[in-house]
Amino acid sequence: MKIGILCFQGDVAEHAEVVKTLGAQPIKVKYPYELEVLNGLIIPGGESTTVGALLEESGMSKAIQKRAQEGMPVWGTCMGAILMAKQFIENSIHQPVLGIMNIKVKRNAYGRQKESFEEEISIPALKCDSFPSVFIRAPWFEPNGSKVEILAQYQGKPVLVKEEHLLASAFHPEIAGEPLLHKYFLEMVKTSKYSSSRGLSN
Amino acid sequence: MPKEGTVLVKRGLAQMLKGGVIMDVTTPEQAKIAEEAGAVSVMALERVPADIRKEGGVARMADPSIIQKIMEVVTIPVMAKCRIGHFVEAEILESLGVDFIDESEVLTPADEQYHVNKHLFKVPFVCGCRDLGEALRRIGEGASMIRTKGEAGTGNIVEAVRHIRAVQDAVKRLTVLSEEEWMTEAKNLGAPYELVKQVAQEKKLPVVNFAAGGVATPADAALMMQLGCDGVFVGSGIFKSSDPAKRAKAIVQAVAYYDNPKKLSEISKGLGEPMAGLDVRKLPEEELLSVRGW
Repeated sequence: MKIGILCFQGDVAEHAEVVKTLGAQPIKVKYPYELEVLNGLIIPGGESTTVGALLEESGMSKAIQKRAQEGMPVWGTCMGAILMAKQFIENSIHQPVLGIMNIKVKRNAYGRQKESFEEEISIPALKCDSFPSVFIRAPWFEPNGSKVEILAQYQGKPVLVKEEHLLASAFHPEIAGEPLLHKYFLEMVKTSKYSSSRGLSN
Repeated sequence: MPKEGTVLVKRGLAQMLKGGVIMDVTTPEQAKIAEEAGAVSVMALERVPADIRKEGGVARMADPSIIQKIMEVVTIPVMAKCRIGHFVEAEILESLGVDFIDESEVLTPADEQYHVNKHLFKVPFVCGCRDLGEALRRIGEGASMIRTKGEAGTGNIVEAVRHIRAVQDAVKRLTVLSEEEWMTEAKNLGAPYELVKQVAQEKKLPVVNFAAGGVATPADAALMMQLGCDGVFVGSGIFKSSDPAKRAKAIVQAVAYYDNPKKLSEISKGLGEPMAGLDVRKLPEEELLSVRGW
């Protein structure tokens, strides 16, 4: 199974490491043609204004939007989730995004770095009631459509959401040492019809 | 209960900055230009290193009102510099809510014997180094991120290259030593044994390592990435050039496409004049910034 990790900027290597440990093949991607062979894509943590602009300029935005529409499983962590959201809760922010998921996102929702934190949260979908989560200048989400499932909340705000083949997390499982959520995403990729519809081995 | 200011949370922010460019800015307007160009973070300071070099005098932490104004106009993380060993400047910066503190040799050191005890802060610190020993001493004191010092304000990449090569060579050397040699190596490096052991086993630094001090062109930035840095700081190189917005954007792109010479040649075209450079070998000893701190 080939899992792309968008590698313009951010904690790319950390995701690649976990994907590899779980027996899938991580592939760092930044050019549209590299998406061809992928079974799924992870968009890591980083700075959304930086990566948003690079995505747009490189034509990668359009290429990812097309794949996502065709059903390619995509998971965004923190910045990745911000880029996937169709709407921001503050309207005043203008920056290029992918806009592929029916969620609203509040950037830096918990404050600045000194308000960043670690916490164990309950994720019923993973049968885990103490999932180690690192929130770094993290966002939270609001579902904006009937197909969006809330998989986890923190202090009453959704922090892990899923819409069919799309997954968004406000926190960073790639640096917390617990691979359960990566396993969950790989399972999403395995059971998705995307690969077989495109004749890709999975 | 949520835990704030943990090692994971502090080092984590540095991990999110990887592959990015952190730009020195002195005004909110410059901060906006940097953000729009794609900087992952800005460093708020009173004067860029080239001006500190030219004007002399004691260089201190920036005026808190300037730092606050910069924090208000951008959504990316804001860093600020304190003097080496000046823990009160660091406390002030933490209370302002800056996202990262640079305990920097570019400012005039406040303490020639001790650096700040960075474990005591919830805000992460980045510190400069010239070699592995210095990097591990700073990490031992609680730095969550390292940058090679280079020679700030010169527009000359030679010292930055020297420092990253020194760090990489020492890491490589550690990975081939046998276990009984680690303590002697720790003694020779002047570094904590536990960190020496960790580097020997993991074959890399335990924190993110950026390049700094002398990056003036997209090619300089790409060179530092190819030499194994996780990202770059650009100080005077942007706002001392003839077209800051264009150069800033080009350097961001160069870091993203550092391994693609064809792209780099496009990126490097028509950027106007880079900052004027200085020959580091002609600088008198007392004007060198990288020798500050130990």
